[in-house]
Amino acid sequence: MLVEFFFLLKKAGLPVSITEFLALLAALEKRVASADVEDFYYLARACLIKDERHYDRYDQVFAAHFQGAEMRFAEIAGEIPLEWLRKQAELMLSEEEKQRIEALGGWEELMQSLRDRLAEQDDRHQGGNKWIGTAGTSPFGAHGYNPEGVRIGQEGAGQRSAVKIWDKRAYRNLDDSVELGTRNIKLALRRLRRFAREGAADELDLDDTINATARNAGWLDIKMVPERHNAMKLLLFFDVGGSMDPYVRVCEELFSAVRSEFKHMEYFYFHNFVYENLWKDNYRRHAERTPTYEVLRTFSKDYRVIFVGDAMMSPYEITVAGGSIEHWNEESGLVWMQRVLEHFPFAIWLNPEPVGAWKHIPSARITRELMQDRMFPLTLEGLDAGVRELKRNRQNPVTLS
Amino acid sequence: MNDNRFSGTDTYIADDDLQMAVNAAVTLQRPLLVKGEPGTGKTQLAEEIARSLGMPLHEWHIKSTTKARQGLYEYDAVARLRDSQLGDDKVKDISNYILRGKLWEAFVSDQRPVLLIDEIDKADIEFPNDLLQELDRMEFFVYETQELVQAKNRPVVIITSNNEKELPDAFLRRCFFHYIAFPNHDTMKKIVKVHFPDLKKDLLQEALNSFFAVRDVPGLKKRPSTSELLDWIKLLLAEDIPVETLRGKDARKTIPVLHGALLKNEQDVHLFERLVFLDKRNAR
Repeated sequence: MLVEFFFLLKKAGLPVSITEFLALLAALEKRVASADVEDFYYLARACLIKDERHYDRYDQVFAAHFQGAEMRFAEIAGEIPLEWLRKQAELMLSEEEKQRIEALGGWEELMQSLRDRLAEQDDRHQGGNKWIGTAGTSPFGAHGYNPEGVRIGQEGAGQRSAVKIWDKRAYRNLDDSVELGTRNIKLALRRLRRFAREGAADELDLDDTINATARNAGWLDIKMVPERHNAMKLLLFFDVGGSMDPYVRVCEELFSAVRSEFKHMEYFYFHNFVYENLWKDNYRRHAERTPTYEVLRTFSKDYRVIFVGDAMMSPYEITVAGGSIEHWNEESGLVWMQRVLEHFPFAIWLNPEPVGAWKHIPSARITRELMQDRMFPLTLEGLDAGVRELKRNRQNPVTLS
Repeated sequence: MNDNRFSGTDTYIADDDLQMAVNAAVTLQRPLLVKGEPGTGKTQLAEEIARSLGMPLHEWHIKSTTKARQGLYEYDAVARLRDSQLGDDKVKDISNYILRGKLWEAFVSDQRPVLLIDEIDKADIEFPNDLLQELDRMEFFVYETQELVQAKNRPVVIITSNNEKELPDAFLRRCFFHYIAFPNHDTMKKIVKVHFPDLKKDLLQEALNSFFAVRDVPGLKKRPSTSELLDWIKLLLAEDIPVETLRGKDARKTIPVLHGALLKNEQDVHLFERLVFLDKRNAR
C-alpha cells in the first residue's frame, strides 16, 4: 500500500526519492507515529516533502490515495472511530430519529453502506443526495440535512478529524510548478565567476610568507592578501511590458539568482528595444530615465551584458527612426543597439520564446543578426551556452553589418 | 512509546505536525530542516527542544562568509609559526593548533546534544553539500592529526532556513522537513498567553484583532509576524495603553497605536496610511 502511495507521489511530479521512502519506513518501524492516520500524514510529509510549495500537491495525492484507506486505518486502530461516530450521533439524535435509523436497517447497515460508498466514490463531492461530501442530503457527509447523517471530516468534541486537514489544502497558494528553480540558474551562472583578489588583506598568503621569511633569515614575516572575490561584472537589460508579461516569473527568477551571485551587478529596463533612454524603476519610467549614453559612459567595457527579451515587435521598431511605439526616437533602435554592442564586446541575448519560433518572427531574426547569433533561449541549456559565450574572449568586437 | 518525546514547552506552543517532525528527527537521528516566515520561532525551536528534553545546546550561526570547514575544525598555522619563532614547546604538538568547531564540540559531547545550524541559506551555495557526509555519518577526519572524530551520541540537528537560497536535493534528501505555517487566531492566543499570562482578555482580543487585520492588508512588504506581535504587546503593556484605544475601530481604518513595532518598513507605513486615508474619504 505504501509503495503504491510512493509511486503516486512520484507520478504527481513530487521529487521523492528511495532514501526518503526508506526513512519513512524506518520511522514507522520505530513507531514514531501511532496507527492514527493524522500522525501518519504528518510523518510522511516530514519525511518525503522538502518544500512547502509541494505541500498542496502532497495533500491532493494523500487524499486521493487514502480516501478508501481511511476505513482500513480505522480497522487497524480498532473499533474506536466507529464507536466515536456512534456516540456522537447518539448525542445529536433524538429518540424519534434513532427509531428512523433502525427503520433504515440499524447501525451496522448504515456503516456497511458507508463503507461501500466510500469505495465507490473517487472524488470530492458537494451537494447531491447520494455521495459522501458536504452540504448534501445523503446520509453521509458533513452539514447534511438527513437525520441519519454520519459526519465525516467535521470538527467535533475537540478532536480534529484527519480528513479535514488535507481537505483544507491550506498550502494552496504556495504551490508552483516552475521547473527552473533559482538554484539551477545560479549553478549555470557560476561559470561566470572569475575570481580576483580585491579589498582588505585578510588572508594569509602562504607562498609569499615562506618567501619573505626565508629572505628575513628565518624570522617570520607574515604576508597577507585579500580574499578572492567574484570580480565578474554584469549588466542586465530587461524587456518589460506587453508581450513579455507571460515571462515575468522566469525573468524574476533569473534576476534574483543573478543578484545574489554577483557583487557588481546593474540592471536596466527597456521596452521592446533599446533606444536613447533606459530606466531602473518601472513605476517611474517616464519620470526617471537614464540616457543610454550615460550607461555607456558609466560602465566599462569589461562588463558582461545580458539582454532579456522576446524580440517580438514590428521590424520597423528596430530599423526605422521614429519606429518606437512609445515615443519619437530620433535614431533607430538598430543604431542604438550597434552602439551598445560596440561598447560592450561581451553580450548575449536571452529569449524566453522557444527557438523554433525565432525564424518566423522578422524582428527576432533581425535582432539575432544584430547580436551576431548570440541569442539563446531562456532555458537552462540556453543559459549555459550563453554563459560560455560570455566567457569566450572575443578578439574582434561587433562590427557594423 | 518513548519518554523523551517533544510536545512543546510552557513557553513554546508546537502544533501537532511540528511535534511529529521533531520526534521523527529525534528518533531516527536525522537532521530536521525548518523553514517558515521570519519571526515564527524557527531558531527558538532548537532552544526549546534542548530545554524540554534536557539536552545541551550547541549553536552554529551561519554568515555569508562561513565555510563548512569552520564547523569541523580550523588549523591555526599562523599561531604555530609564531610559536616556533619564540621557541615555545607547544609547537611540537600539532593538536595544540587545531581549533574545534561547533560540529566537533557537539560530536564529543558526553550527553546527546542539540545542534542548531541557524540560517543555513545565508552561506555560499555549496555550503550544504560540503556538510553532507558529516551530517550523514556524523563523523569527519582531521588530516593534520590523522584522527577520526566520531559522534559519541548523534546530536539532534536542527537546521533553519529563510529561503534565501534553494538547498541542494542531495542535502534535502537527508533531512526531515517542516514548514512552520503562520499560526491561526486560536494558536496565536495560546502563544500570547504563554508569554503574557497576566494579559487582560479584552486587551488580548483587541490586540489580536488589529494584528490580524494589519496582516490582511494587501501588498505589505513585510507582514508582521509572531515575534512582532509579542513585541507590540510588550509595548502596549509598558505604555499602559487602555483597551478603549484599540477597541471599536476597524484596524483597516486607523493606524494602530505604536505601529512601529508591527510595521518595520517605511513603505509599508506609507501604504497603510494611504489606505486609511482612502477609507476615510470613502466613508465621508
